Amino acid sequence: MLGWARQLRERGVLGMNERNTEYIMRFNPRRLYPLVDDKLLTKELALKAGIAVPELYGVIRAEHDIAGLGELVRDRQDFAIKPAHGSGGDGIMVVTGRSPRAPGLYRLADGSVISESEIGFHLSNILSGQFSLGGHRDVALLEYCIKVDPLFSEYSFQGVPDIRVIVLRGYPVMAMIRLPTRRSRGKANLHQGAIGAGIDLASGVTTYGVHGNSRAIEHPDTGATIAGLAIPRWEYLLTLAARSYELTGLGYVGVDIVLDRRFGPLILELNARPGLNIQICNRAGLRLRLERAVALPAEPDIAARVAKSRELFATAA
Amino acid sequence: MSDYKVSIFALLLAVVGLGIFAYKLRVLGFPLQPHVETQTWTVETRVAFKAAGGPVKASLFIPGLTPGFSIMAENFVSRGFGFTTPYVSGGRQVQWAVRQAEGAQTLYYRAVVYRDPTRLQSDTTPPFPPVPKLAEPFNTAMETLVERVRTRSADPTSFTAELLQQLARPNGDQEVELLLGDAPDSVDRARTAMTILAAARIPSRLVRGVQMTARERNVDVVPWLEVHDGERWLYFDPVTGNEGLPPDFLVWWRGEDPLVQLDGGSDLDVAVSIQSTAADPIVVARRRAEAHQDRIGEFSLFSLPIESQAVYGVLLAVPIGALVVVILRNIIGVQTFGTFMPVLIALAFRETKLLWGALLFSVLVAIGLSIRFYMERLRLLLVPRLAAVLTIVVLLMVFVSLVSHELGFETGLSVGLFPMVILTMTIERMSIVWEERGPGDATKQGLGSLMVAAICYLVMGIELVEHLVFVFPELLLVTLAATLLLGRYTGYRLTELLRFREMRSGEG
Repeated sequence: MLGWARQLRERGVLGMNERNTEYIMRFNPRRLYPLVDDKLLTKELALKAGIAVPELYGVIRAEHDIAGLGELVRDRQDFAIKPAHGSGGDGIMVVTGRSPRAPGLYRLADGSVISESEIGFHLSNILSGQFSLGGHRDVALLEYCIKVDPLFSEYSFQGVPDIRVIVLRGYPVMAMIRLPTRRSRGKANLHQGAIGAGIDLASGVTTYGVHGNSRAIEHPDTGATIAGLAIPRWEYLLTLAARSYELTGLGYVGVDIVLDRRFGPLILELNARPGLNIQICNRAGLRLRLERAVALPAEPDIAARVAKSRELFATAA
Repeated sequence: MSDYKVSIFALLLAVVGLGIFAYKLRVLGFPLQPHVETQTWTVETRVAFKAAGGPVKASLFIPGLTPGFSIMAENFVSRGFGFTTPYVSGGRQVQWAVRQAEGAQTLYYRAVVYRDPTRLQSDTTPPFPPVPKLAEPFNTAMETLVERVRTRSADPTSFTAELLQQLARPNGDQEVELLLGDAPDSVDRARTAMTILAAARIPSRLVRGVQMTARERNVDVVPWLEVHDGERWLYFDPVTGNEGLPPDFLVWWRGEDPLVQLDGGSDLDVAVSIQSTAADPIVVARRRAEAHQDRIGEFSLFSLPIESQAVYGVLLAVPIGALVVVILRNIIGVQTFGTFMPVLIALAFRETKLLWGALLFSVLVAIGLSIRFYMERLRLLLVPRLAAVLTIVVLLMVFVSLVSHELGFETGLSVGLFPMVILTMTIERMSIVWEERGPGDATKQGLGSLMVAAICYLVMGIELVEHLVFVFPELLLVTLAATLLLGRYTGYRLTELLRFREMRSGEG
């Protein structure tokens, strides 16, 4: 056992306890948490800073707002419903289409059809805090539904792949892409069976895929080869991630970015407590990279930070 | 920097906690183990006499300055008599008095005493006694004996020992036989020894006491000889000459006065009886703390009403359970619903016992979960839905109690304290995890919660743990210190060694 721990330590694997005490507590002041825990606040902040995020259609704040849902989305064929304080993708409902004949029927991402009152019930659950941390009252966001970039259509079963970048003090240190599968029911959550793949920070090319606990060479539903996928506009994407530091002031964040067919990279959400599975997908320990990033000088120039990161944290050939 | 501060703080807490613990253990004698008993003795003196009809005064010596023993409780039973307990030259007395009494009278004095090694003789150094003037031929015999013993001894201690040896075994020694007289009893021997010791200018006195036994109705009051060697009092057996008090010898009073002195009565009959009893050592320790005027010992949970004591008995074990949760979550990495939900479930297990509790928990959660899934279809708002699940949980518990009662299992009836709200929240959380993350994660966390609850229950239920935290609540400071140190543990969780097993070896 001790031998195992030593091996992990030598490879620089970051554990939960160390992440919490050495990085989250040290770099993320408590008072800044609301900026990322409340997605509405994050969105407002990003809009003010001119950072690309999915467009907000409306906010459902109270039970009686639910009745106005039909009015709010009248001109929208598709939209996503999110709890402002949700975590880990809980409580997200994606509407991809509507019945042209019966305006009260909606089609979900998994193909099922539900009525407006069922959506209303989901909204009511969000409002009463079912998906929020600690069960506090919440608000529901109605926003633009991401359209998968055709480049990824072969890499994803339903859903939208998302790219997670860990950023320390504005320096991107590690990145991964999460690909939904049939098993994950279209969700980009590794726990639920999505595939995770490491991304070389220098080139933006995927390196190694993990499905569950084993290595993934191909996407199980589409057969596409996981490794060697080049993420387009990589430099811009890293810049977007690096800007999260100026945006929130949080020193240690996970930035979730999606690639939209029309709008390109959009910041979906920020996470002040990003998970550790990214290490498995990258076959690299976070701790060594974080330690190097801690030692870097404070650098106000975002482009310079991205350049430095790409130089330092390239996946060794 | 921060690590170092936490360590210092933890060390400080541990030192304070362990310090108070050690003090209470060593000095006040609080018991380390549950269910131990301390021996105490009930010493009863019965004074019976016939009153002549006029005023009656009776004085009885009672234990006061008794090295090695303390008095836990005293009773004076004396109908119609007034009494005071003054200190007199021989020790402590109870003095009974009545203006008029006639016929048979019985007075009782009863004391409960316990061993107290912290009680020592505290006495002033006595002056040198005057050399006694005896009539001849006793004076010559005395002087000869003193001379002879002095040549064979070096100091007061050896003098006394040698003298008592001579007195114990005269072997036809004329001086000794003359001084002792015919058929001497132990008091005579002690008195003779005191006379000769006075001739050698060694202070000595007669002390009376009783030998503590398990149970005896008519205990003899034994004389003992106290000799001052210039620094402290030494004890000698006047018959054998051996030094030291026998074990469990209760020193009663000193001097020549009899145990009871009576004015205005006749046919005096005095009987001392002793019975040994077992007592709770905590009671004894608390009495000792009182005697020491000790705030720490008195400041104890035992001063609370019994009902509150029972509550705190449970409450004090909770931090221990919390520490277990910390270890299981942060060191092992077990997943649970809610942080301290398992501790509360563990508290409920106290009522139901583990097997029943685990069964009950699983059954209630399983049934509650299926009903909760059905309710999803009814599309109720969150709070009413929770209230509905809560109601169903209560109904299920009533049902379980009734069924188990019919079947003859009394344990079912004790589920009353099962935390319904906790169960309801567990069901709600589990159903959300089930929906959002799948049944696998939900079951994993459910079983994790149950397992942690079971371990908490087992640890909190260790009798020694319960006893220690209740008698020595200061140990919770040590628990706190351990919790603080664990709070700065940055190493891997045990489950992470498995989670990252892919990364332990191989290519980079």
